[in-house]
Amino acid sequence: MDTPVKIDIKDLNLFIGKNHILKDINVTIPEKKITVLLGQSGCGKTTLLKSMNRLIDLNNQVRVSGSITIDNEDILHTRKDITKIRKKMGLLSQRPYPLPMNIYNNIAFGLRISGRKNRINLDKRVERYLRQAHLWDEAKDRLRDSASSLSIGQQQRLCLARGLAVDPVIILADEPTSALDPISSMAIEQMFTELKQSYTIVLVTHILQQALRVADYVIFMYLGEVIEQGPAHEVFTNPKNVVTRQFIQGNFS
Amino acid sequence: MTDRRIRIIEEGFFRVLMFFSTSAIVMVLLLIIISILVKGLPSLSWEMISQTPRGGFYFGKEGGILNAIIGSLYLAGGSTLLAFAVSLPVALFMNVHLVKKVKLVNTVRFLLDLLWGIPSIVYGAFGFTVMVYLGLRTSLLAGIITVTLFIIPIMIRAMDEIMKTVPRGLLEATYSLGSTRSETAYRVFFRQCFSGIITAILLAFGRGIGDAASVLFTTGYTDRIPTSLSQPTATLPLSIFFQLSSPIKEVQNRAYASALILTIIILIISVLARVFERRYFKHKINF
Ligand SMILES: Nc1ncnc2c1ncn2[C@@H]1O[C@H](COP(=O)(O)OP(=O)(O)OP(=O)(O)O)[C@@H](O)[C@H]1O
Ligand SMILES: [Mg+2]
Repeated sequence: MDTPVKIDIKDLNLFIGKNHILKDINVTIPEKKITVLLGQSGCGKTTLLKSMNRLIDLNNQVRVSGSITIDNEDILHTRKDITKIRKKMGLLSQRPYPLPMNIYNNIAFGLRISGRKNRINLDKRVERYLRQAHLWDEAKDRLRDSASSLSIGQQQRLCLARGLAVDPVIILADEPTSALDPISSMAIEQMFTELKQSYTIVLVTHILQQALRVADYVIFMYLGEVIEQGPAHEVFTNPKNVVTRQFIQGNFS
Repeated sequence: MTDRRIRIIEEGFFRVLMFFSTSAIVMVLLLIIISILVKGLPSLSWEMISQTPRGGFYFGKEGGILNAIIGSLYLAGGSTLLAFAVSLPVALFMNVHLVKKVKLVNTVRFLLDLLWGIPSIVYGAFGFTVMVYLGLRTSLLAGIITVTLFIIPIMIRAMDEIMKTVPRGLLEATYSLGSTRSETAYRVFFRQCFSGIITAILLAFGRGIGDAASVLFTTGYTDRIPTSLSQPTATLPLSIFFQLSSPIKEVQNRAYASALILTIIILIISVLARVFERRYFKHKINF
């Protein structure tokens, strides 16, 4: 690969209880590109994303080995403050989980806990991130309403704006368009392609068309293993693995 | 009999069962409220709630129970505050900081449930033993401490039950924004669980203000309004108890008036708490 590597995962094995969920994962994720993670439901995509910002720590049954290196630091075994590592990444979970606050504070929360409390500055940044997530026009007149008053698709965009607000360098997006109509999905895709100027993006999707549209780099997973990875045009035009080929040709069973 | 017929009979049976048990409960509640109203309302007067007793609590038909009203408010208010200061951090700690220590937390829950099950008179006896050991006399402070001990398990477990329902995803979302455990606990969990926390406080307050056994040996009883923590203090449940055991009919009726006052106090506090909740914490997410 000619672009610099942002995330380097080596020999990652992850067990939940007795189940071997991630098997010998070796992948590299290039900086300031969109890497799309594809694979059947249940193959471990979400688990891989959660390993990258150490959310797997919250599960007492998880055992993990190997390494995940971000900016020359093995974040799996670091003794450094874990909150610093998490702030490097904005996570968009598969289902939106807005915070129990109003819309404004959902975005200001991340800013405040990082010590940015200046009111005028907050206002500006809240507006900026809401615009980036294409939510500003719908939300600008109801910033003081509960986040729960938003529709699921709007909540998803709110969570995106909230994730951007902590100034991450990496965006981990787990099916960010699963609750959106095609037009809003396209807007989000468009936004991701704009964001890759300044962020490294890992995007999980089920939609092959979406992957074709946005991916620079593709990782295929199957039953907890990475079966193929490489630049998008190579993998899509000339898949080496038989399962990948089936998936791309649309007769995946 | 066909399958369909059995299901129709089953449906009918449970409907009748539910109807009778629901109406039985409503009837009993109505009966309690009506008997308190019928016997209590005639004796309820401004004098009752604005004066201290005259003529002793067995025979006194004069004066009021202001001593017990104030005493109970001090006692229940003080112990609810103390218990809250302990219970909220503990409940949050169990559900946020110890989220990985499932076994430990479940053991703690089990122990708290045991403590919840111990009758309040045992807490009273325990408090009394400690007082005797320390050479203290019955006092407001001893009562507050005893009642605090006995409502803490109730408050923690009631808060804990609500916090258990917070979805893992919200915890993950909060952490992924880079918040520490304490920020997660006090800024997110606290808000999400606010109405449940209010319920827990009200539950504990209700138990504290309505309990006679735990204060019997520890706070004692007096006709005066306490002016310091070291004085014995009257409480509503005990005043009801003493008035009911009086041989004089009028004094007995005053017990019902006292019960009415106790009920009204709890009603007012509950309504105030709910208004406060609606006003300031309305952003709970329903997942
Ligand atoms: N907390 C958990 N406890 C036990 N097993 C889990 C847990 N979380 C995930 N798993 C298992 O790990 C495997 C991978 O799950 P994961 O959520 O990563 O799949 P996924 O690829 O994201 O699927 P989907 O596309 O449906 O979201 C699944 O078999 C799942 O059952
Ligand atoms: Mg998933």
